[in-house]
Amino acid sequence: MSNQKKLKVALVGNPNSGKSSLFNCLTGLNQKTGNFPGVTVEKRIGFSRMPDKSMAEILDLPGIYSLYPRSLDEQIVSEILLHHKTPECPDVVVVIVDVANLRRSLLLVTQIIDLGLPTILAINMMDFLPKTGLSYNLIELSSQLGIPVVPVNARSGMGVEKLKNVLMEHSDLPSKIIFNVFDEAKPGVEELREQLDVDNDYEAYQFLQQPNSLSFLTPEERGRIDQIKESHKFFPGKFHGAETVQRYGFIQELMDKITLEQDDPLIESKSTKLDKVLTHPVFGYTIFFAVLFLIFQSIFAWATTPMDLIDTLFANLSNYLKEVLPPGPLSNMIAEGVIPGIGGIVIFIPQIAILFAFISMLEESGYMARVVFLMDKIMRKFGLNGKSVVPLISGFACAIPAIMATRTIDNWKERTITILVTPLMSCSARLPVFTILIALIVPDKMVLGFFNLQGLVLMGLYMLGFLAALLSALVITHLIKVKERSYLIMELPTYRWPKWSNVGLTIVDKTKSFVFEAGKVILAVAVVLWVLASYGPGDKVERAREFVLIESSNEVLTEQALENRIASYKLEHSYAGIIGKSLEPVIRPLGYDWKIGIALVTSFAAREVFVGTMATIYSIGSVEDQTTIKSKMRSEINPETGGPRYTPAVGLSLLVFYTFAMQCMSTLAVVYRETKGWKWPIIQLSYMTVLAYISALFVFQIFS
Amino acid sequence: MKPGEVAIISELVDDHLSIKLMEMGCLPGATVRFNFCAPFGDPVCISVSGYELSLRLEEASAISILN
Repeated sequence: MSNQKKLKVALVGNPNSGKSSLFNCLTGLNQKTGNFPGVTVEKRIGFSRMPDKSMAEILDLPGIYSLYPRSLDEQIVSEILLHHKTPECPDVVVVIVDVANLRRSLLLVTQIIDLGLPTILAINMMDFLPKTGLSYNLIELSSQLGIPVVPVNARSGMGVEKLKNVLMEHSDLPSKIIFNVFDEAKPGVEELREQLDVDNDYEAYQFLQQPNSLSFLTPEERGRIDQIKESHKFFPGKFHGAETVQRYGFIQELMDKITLEQDDPLIESKSTKLDKVLTHPVFGYTIFFAVLFLIFQSIFAWATTPMDLIDTLFANLSNYLKEVLPPGPLSNMIAEGVIPGIGGIVIFIPQIAILFAFISMLEESGYMARVVFLMDKIMRKFGLNGKSVVPLISGFACAIPAIMATRTIDNWKERTITILVTPLMSCSARLPVFTILIALIVPDKMVLGFFNLQGLVLMGLYMLGFLAALLSALVITHLIKVKERSYLIMELPTYRWPKWSNVGLTIVDKTKSFVFEAGKVILAVAVVLWVLASYGPGDKVERAREFVLIESSNEVLTEQALENRIASYKLEHSYAGIIGKSLEPVIRPLGYDWKIGIALVTSFAAREVFVGTMATIYSIGSVEDQTTIKSKMRSEINPETGGPRYTPAVGLSLLVFYTFAMQCMSTLAVVYRETKGWKWPIIQLSYMTVLAYISALFVFQIFS
Repeated sequence: MKPGEVAIISELVDDHLSIKLMEMGCLPGATVRFNFCAPFGDPVCISVSGYELSLRLEEASAISILN
């Protein structure tokens, strides 16, 4: 199979045209996500079995309305489709259009036809037609465009086999050219074709139109393009407008020829009726906040059972291995370092799955666009964009995909601000920290009959993070001075039921990327931490028993108390203990001891490591006692007061610290990639750490 | 225009936005209906070319209509 050349297919279409559904139909679970080289636009590739049993590689490109890019996402599409001289260039382009939006979609279709790659038009949602009373002559459409037209239903999968058959056979270039380059532009286009050896007129014309968005051009080629533009007086803006008008002229004629039955374009659709409620000044916001509340309550309620199960499972596995494996440093590392580390990754899966199920349902149903519509005016006041709502809400799951999602914001300033404040949204990695601390300091009881008090505190923390994000955005808006025009021109897709297989695939995809990408960091830190906590300078750790026996020679200790004392002595003199202790003066005003200090340091790599650190610290602290971390933390005594270490004041202070602090190396790395420099990640790290420290200090001093 | 009213687009008056608007189906001669506006009066939702499009008031003002 590998020596055979795979058919490369690129999938192109408008946003909301059913492109992702078709991609999922073609590839099923056989897909992977990566990045396009050099940029961070997500690249989705899948493999599809063709009727002759060969495999085809399907590339899902970001949704676009036109070949002229306005954002990084859109730029990628132009780059892939215009770079013909690379093995990466697709063999066939499939353009998918939503039949209800045929006229608008044809603009993109005609542009792609003119690029001179084999092209197939897939018309989606044929079952939608009888309802609208609209009907088209597809045979005529095919002959007018000069490319094959295949009706498909990307939701039910109807027509997908037919599409595969056409894909197999089709290698012809489009038989027509829709738009002939203007006479005035001709000489420049011809010169460029000669100099750079470009296949066709429109491709060359695009090189002249947008050399700066095509990163594959060498500086030398770019220089030549600039010269040609100069000498032939090529004005990109003027030509672009005229080209669009000319294409629509063609489309109008085409529509007249192929339309068999016209619907009334202005019938009030079901969506419009629904929108009267869902974007209503009162009901709209009520429903939106109800949806958000439902999401938090479900994460809290539904994720608990599987999480407890995973917790117990890994605790038992760790115990079992400790008994079975021959004693020695390696066995210890596996049982106490690696296994709890893996457990610390797996335990997030239920939460991530539930959250992404909701987010993907909101996106699939078309409600997410209404959220943007509802929030735009408010978000604009804070220097954000209505589109910032999606990254911000995704930030509740994980800041990493959320920051990557800011790419849909065209305006640089709004995008940068969104990136800077998104990590303040309480991501799922904070959830385990919150859950443990809330369970420690907040009683599990009902208020007002049906609100769980713990759930309310959790919701409060989420609101706190959200408000901090908005206020920071407001401050940053006034600090960054740029005059760039911001706009929001966005389709409101028709409401529809989410396609469950799409929701399922999103969950699998997000979970996988979390386990394999964030998971690596967590596991590595867990093992390093175990080493730091198990070894120390000198012989104090190894000879802990002797030292403790000497120290406590005047006391009578039970066997258990002695063991505990040895264990805590070991930890205190390990490398981790030394780091934590040296931090103590800085964090004492917040109410933290050196053990929390260790956790703060290690969870800098990723917040959830806090829980892993606590597990390691306390399981090492009392080896014989295998109760869960929670009860260990609860029984921890503050030696100065004699009371519990985790008082409400310390707990709240920690909760606030974790809400604001930028404790995630992976997020910083993503910000570095997205902003192309260390400037913004450093600014972000500094302002968030200062905010966290001051707020936690404030909270502790008030409540203690 | 009031919600529910229908008009014909006569021209697009903003150079910067007009191409983007055209690509989204707002063409001179096309029928457009003002559907409703968001709770604070901005953005607005219009129907054009058989689908619904949301725009800020500022952007919508780039679309001139025939009376």
